[in-house]
Amino acid sequence: MRRILFDSLMRRPLTEAAPVKDEEMLAELGASVERAARRRLGRSLSIREVDAGSCNGCELEIHALNNAFYDLERFGLHFVASPRHADVLLVTGPVTRNMREALERTYNATPDPKWVVAVGDCAVDGGIFSGSYAVIGGVSGVVPVDLHIRGCPPRPTQLLQGLLTLLEA
Amino acid sequence: MPTPLGTIEGRKIAGHRPCSRLVVNEDGWRFAASQLSAGYWTLLGLWGDTDAVHMALLDEGAREIAVVTMPCPDGHFPSVGALHPPAIRLERAVRDLYGFEPVGLPDTRPWLDLGFWDVQHPLGERRAAPARCAPYPFLPTAGEGLHQIPVGPVHAGIIEPGHFRFTANGETVVRLEQRLGYVHKGIEALMVGAIPDTAARLAGRTSGDSTVAYALAFAHAVEAAMDVEVPPRAIYLRALMAELERLANHFGDIGAICNDASFSLMHAQCGILREKTLRAAESCFGHRLMMDAVVPGGVARDLGASCSTEVAALLEEIRRLFPRLVELYDNTASLQDRTAATGVLRGELARQFGAGGYIGRASGRAFDARKMPGYPPYDRLDFDVPVFDAGDVNARVWVRIREVEQSLGLIDQILRRLPAGAIRVAIDPAGEAREGLGMAEAFRGDVLVWMRLERGRLARCHLRDPSWFQWPLLEAAIEGNIVADFPLCNKSFNCSYSGHDL
Repeated sequence: MRRILFDSLMRRPLTEAAPVKDEEMLAELGASVERAARRRLGRSLSIREVDAGSCNGCELEIHALNNAFYDLERFGLHFVASPRHADVLLVTGPVTRNMREALERTYNATPDPKWVVAVGDCAVDGGIFSGSYAVIGGVSGVVPVDLHIRGCPPRPTQLLQGLLTLLEA
Repeated sequence: MPTPLGTIEGRKIAGHRPCSRLVVNEDGWRFAASQLSAGYWTLLGLWGDTDAVHMALLDEGAREIAVVTMPCPDGHFPSVGALHPPAIRLERAVRDLYGFEPVGLPDTRPWLDLGFWDVQHPLGERRAAPARCAPYPFLPTAGEGLHQIPVGPVHAGIIEPGHFRFTANGETVVRLEQRLGYVHKGIEALMVGAIPDTAARLAGRTSGDSTVAYALAFAHAVEAAMDVEVPPRAIYLRALMAELERLANHFGDIGAICNDASFSLMHAQCGILREKTLRAAESCFGHRLMMDAVVPGGVARDLGASCSTEVAALLEEIRRLFPRLVELYDNTASLQDRTAATGVLRGELARQFGAGGYIGRASGRAFDARKMPGYPPYDRLDFDVPVFDAGDVNARVWVRIREVEQSLGLIDQILRRLPAGAIRVAIDPAGEAREGLGMAEAFRGDVLVWMRLERGRLARCHLRDPSWFQWPLLEAAIEGNIVADFPLCNKSFNCSYSGHDL
């Protein structure tokens, strides 16, 4: 263990520079985020991830945000275990009918002010799963969405870009 | 008496490949169920179809697979689950999706239909769902000092949704009951009428962590049905992707298991190896998870010129760093204290359920779809299937460690022998009805895909995740452990919710 720790101390960090803000995302956010709420929260944001029917691909990439390369916490963003501690809900999946109530209840359990970020192509409009008897087809069909991050799944850098845009809008 | 699969009496269906499909009567169906229950055969899957149910059977001794079909125009069939418990959840799913009645099924509670759909029996005779559904009765527990802990569907971490109902006596888990189905997307219904290329994308999104394996099993089924030969280069590139996927997932799992024992150093270090593997995958195949890279007939994209060197460099780095992590895992007593003798799965249960992947192999069941039924190029590659007997969390970690080593060796061989030539052959699925069965070994076990093609479109496609036979075993493995060890046990199983719920 000592050797691994020592090596880690000696080598340069793996963590990469932050990606630039995405102008398109910024435009989407401009309308939905109130300046006062942002001031009240400061920079630090607590995120609660909710899988509302994803294939788990998005979860893998959201997980990757915590690895040494992306190191989400350096931006004051961190994942929390309860919606009651969250400022942001990061929702994946086309929203299955079986998850609708759970998503609504999670949203209602999150204190105001709060933002919802829909992650992945199927979270936009159901994507490849739209038209199924078992899906609602998009997160905005159930809870109001402030920001969409597209991709199937979005790369960690795209996720980071979206979340930083949210932070700095 | 163990009987070969060939002795089942039934009408053989022409155009089903690569194994045979037999239409049996009620006696034949009951006979198959009795052979399963006696442990002579292993259940590979059970699924519904228009006016029929199918069962895929494996005779491990004879290395043979067969599909048996029982027509059920009256909407009922003798329950296999009544004799052979691994079939129970599959039959509950058939009941929900088709409305068929498995006569004698010991548990007739709904499984995938949680009462939120507009329709009942979405794959069978659809009808409007009742406005209000009955509450789901969990299994009763009675006794002094018992309390229940309901968890989910929304869990504390970044994981998929499902409900766990624990009954505990103090710290000790007396019973765990799972309730799944929350991420049911209706993939099989979406596939009906789709052309194979479209359906392949859906197959690749059944369980995102196994997207290569699903696309591969799906392609195997299409290619078997259409009797198509895939170019050798494509076969090797598919195996390269499959092994990269296995590496990435095993790194993720080993780290995450240790993290659930609060040993975050392993998690951080394994996370680095996982990320590097995904980056190599992206630069070689254009997508970090390699989605849509395996297609019916071959692969969608050829390896760039510098990719072989890049993958070789990745292997070198893994070989340099991974042994240190293995040593760290093996020599950290506080970590071993959590993983050894925790969440023990008995070998006979693993065999009865036909548990694949690291779950089966940590409990003495050596099955690996790359060896049996086997598919190219693995028949020409040299690799071992590591097996342990302890059945605990520790054994499931060690299977993954040994499989990482085997995958490194496999990738070496693949790069060395990578043939030149075409990467895809065109498939024209028009023509008469054809049926195919395909399997592929995902990192968590064997994925099975069965399909019927009619006039170039899918008339029915069934995808069976390895988790169907692993989830129930988690209920068994957790019994008698403390509640605080559940995350550790659960992570060591790492079953797929999405793959199971479909």
